[in-house]
Amino acid sequence: MSSRTLSSSVAVSLPLSKRLAIAAGSCLLGALLIFVAGFSHIEAMHNAAHDTRHSAAFPCH
Amino acid sequence: MIKRIAQTAGFAGLLAAIVLTLLQSLWVTPLILHAETFETAEPAAEHSHEASVAAHEHEHEEGSGHSHDGEAWAPEDGWQRTLATGLSNLVVAVGFALMLAGLFTLRAPNQTWQGLLWGLGGFAVFSLAPSAGLPPELPGTAAADLLLRQYWWIGTAVATASGLGLIAFGRNWALRGVGLVLLAVPHLIGAPHPEVHESLAPAALEREFILASLLTSAVFWSALGLAAAWFFARGEQQGA
Repeated sequence: MSSRTLSSSVAVSLPLSKRLAIAAGSCLLGALLIFVAGFSHIEAMHNAAHDTRHSAAFPCH
Repeated sequence: MIKRIAQTAGFAGLLAAIVLTLLQSLWVTPLILHAETFETAEPAAEHSHEASVAAHEHEHEEGSGHSHDGEAWAPEDGWQRTLATGLSNLVVAVGFALMLAGLFTLRAPNQTWQGLLWGLGGFAVFSLAPSAGLPPELPGTAAADLLLRQYWWIGTAVATASGLGLIAFGRNWALRGVGLVLLAVPHLIGAPHPEVHESLAPAALEREFILASLLTSAVFWSALGLAAAWFFARGEQQGA
């Protein structure tokens, strides 16, 4: 058993419900950031993120 | 755990955003700027809208190139635009990294290279699958209603993510089968497209842009996945 396996059991020791809540929370927060930069219809936001949107193939215009 | 996620997302996002911004300014942005020269060169009268739905979005920008209604702030070409793009890249990258780090709490990569698999998964979900229906577009391309395309894009990303998750982690073949179906459904429904496809930029430029956009995204996602796995494992060793 390497120390890596041992230490990862620490993370696993968090109850599943808590880990699910953390995962869902960070996914939501991440999605919010992506929405603001990539999907928001506010003109100033669109203009600032314009090249990012085109480059990342987010629907634009 | 939350500190570890925040650190992973922050550092991995920053790193991947720098990679993305560099690649963009070398390859992608020059293509966008090139395409915009066709947009501004086009006389306002030709903006008459035979492409029905498609053109509504562009109705208010007669001849004024890219500023949508003249009142909203837009970065000026040059350092302002580069800075704005760099910052938006950072926001998007941290957002994607947050999702990855959040999923790592459910299933942590055992080795850093496994981060590459997660990264390629992200590329498939957020770049490849949506691009299959709605290819990356240069400015000045006719397209269907923006909201419809955004709905399709988000639906495709969600379906592809769930599908890949089921295929990778499903415990039996029935679940994997459902995963395959989920991958296919958005493309069977089909992406919203304009009635008439028209583009101001030449086709060769469009093709190069699609290639540039996809390759840039692939490199970005590989960097993001690897960096996220590395920072996440590092946080674990430090007990953060």
